Amino acid sequence: MARFDSVLETIGNTPLVDISELSPNPRVRVLIKLEGLNPAGSVKDRAAKAMIEDAEKDGSLAPGQRILESSSGNTAAGLAMIARVKGYPFTTVVPENVSIERVKLLRAFGAEIVASPAAEGSNGAMRRAQALAAEHPDWWFSFQYGNPANPKAHFEGTGPEIWRDCPEVTHFVAGLGTAGTIIGVGSFLKQCNPAVSIWAVQPPAGETVEGLKSLDEGFIPPVFTDNDGYALLDRSRVVGPRESIEWARRLADVGIFAGISTGAAMAGVARCASEIDEGTIVTVSPDGGWKYLSTDVWTGDLDEVVERAKHELYF
Amino acid sequence: MPVAVEVRLPNILRPLAGGEPVVKAAGGTLREVFDDLVRQYPGLQGSLFNTEGEMHRHLNVFLNDDDVRYLGRLEAKVGDGDTVTLMPAVAGGAVAG
Repeated sequence: MARFDSVLETIGNTPLVDISELSPNPRVRVLIKLEGLNPAGSVKDRAAKAMIEDAEKDGSLAPGQRILESSSGNTAAGLAMIARVKGYPFTTVVPENVSIERVKLLRAFGAEIVASPAAEGSNGAMRRAQALAAEHPDWWFSFQYGNPANPKAHFEGTGPEIWRDCPEVTHFVAGLGTAGTIIGVGSFLKQCNPAVSIWAVQPPAGETVEGLKSLDEGFIPPVFTDNDGYALLDRSRVVGPRESIEWARRLADVGIFAGISTGAAMAGVARCASEIDEGTIVTVSPDGGWKYLSTDVWTGDLDEVVERAKHELYF
Repeated sequence: MPVAVEVRLPNILRPLAGGEPVVKAAGGTLREVFDDLVRQYPGLQGSLFNTEGEMHRHLNVFLNDDDVRYLGRLEAKVGDGDTVTLMPAVAGGAVAG
């Protein structure tokens, strides 16, 4: 059905697209789930909706109450959109070095934006949000890094959708981020078939890759530790900005215009495909490329773009 | 067969290794590389190993960008010219261990 009563009902049920022509191994199929097609533009719409609706159900979020989050873009966009639809005021802490598109998108949905220092990255934004939450106990802090509704959205949504559309999946590759996607989808797929292998990708410490948050920047999300993330994973690899950007560019060959975290996931997929004899790899494209156009990721000189990626927060 | 590898240290461990960001070590497995590191820099013992002689749980170790937790931990085989990267692991927003 393509008719809906609310835009919120269009969150999820994203397409899974076969892009095996990009696989470095002819015996390995590759499918990618296009989460950028969610209404506020990213996979984070799922967690945003689940966190808000769980809080409404358990009474921790009341009508008119202000919602608070820290996010470098996608979660804030999802929350801002849903908050606007449902009539909640929304404040988000955003590192000051995110791309201008994200700030403008948040403003379009009426979000109040608090800037945090660029040098402190998304960890600094999170600490600032924690301080704001302490100062304003009447606000509701969704805290995506520790909110069980975040992985639950993927255990109940993304994971079952992948299993429904691709029960032959042998490997699932995804970025760590808040760990919501990999914990939720990974747990669901292992429950369906314990032989499914779960591979994580993360950026190098001290370097930023859009959509990914290194475990080694100083914070392991409770979503990861509370769900025994180390035991769930079968492999975990570091992927640098250069290969992430190269893969983001290569995705255009199959008509996919996606953000750099998708490129990082694809770099992980390529390594996985090269190491296994045969199989079917499923990965997630967290968002489209629209919010990063001003960063010249696709059109700039590769060396310059890679260098800039080390300083600018792409997510 | 021991081979030479490059070990990259995080800021927090550099003072224990003469302030160097990158040091050389030899060994055929990660355990042998760690043993060689401790021979050269005894101060690293407590950061690499726990009291049972196993890999410290609050340490992330990557062998050529691959987390060694999934490669056999201390028994992971290392090859000539490999790079071992050490990173402190933290949880819940505070440096642990």
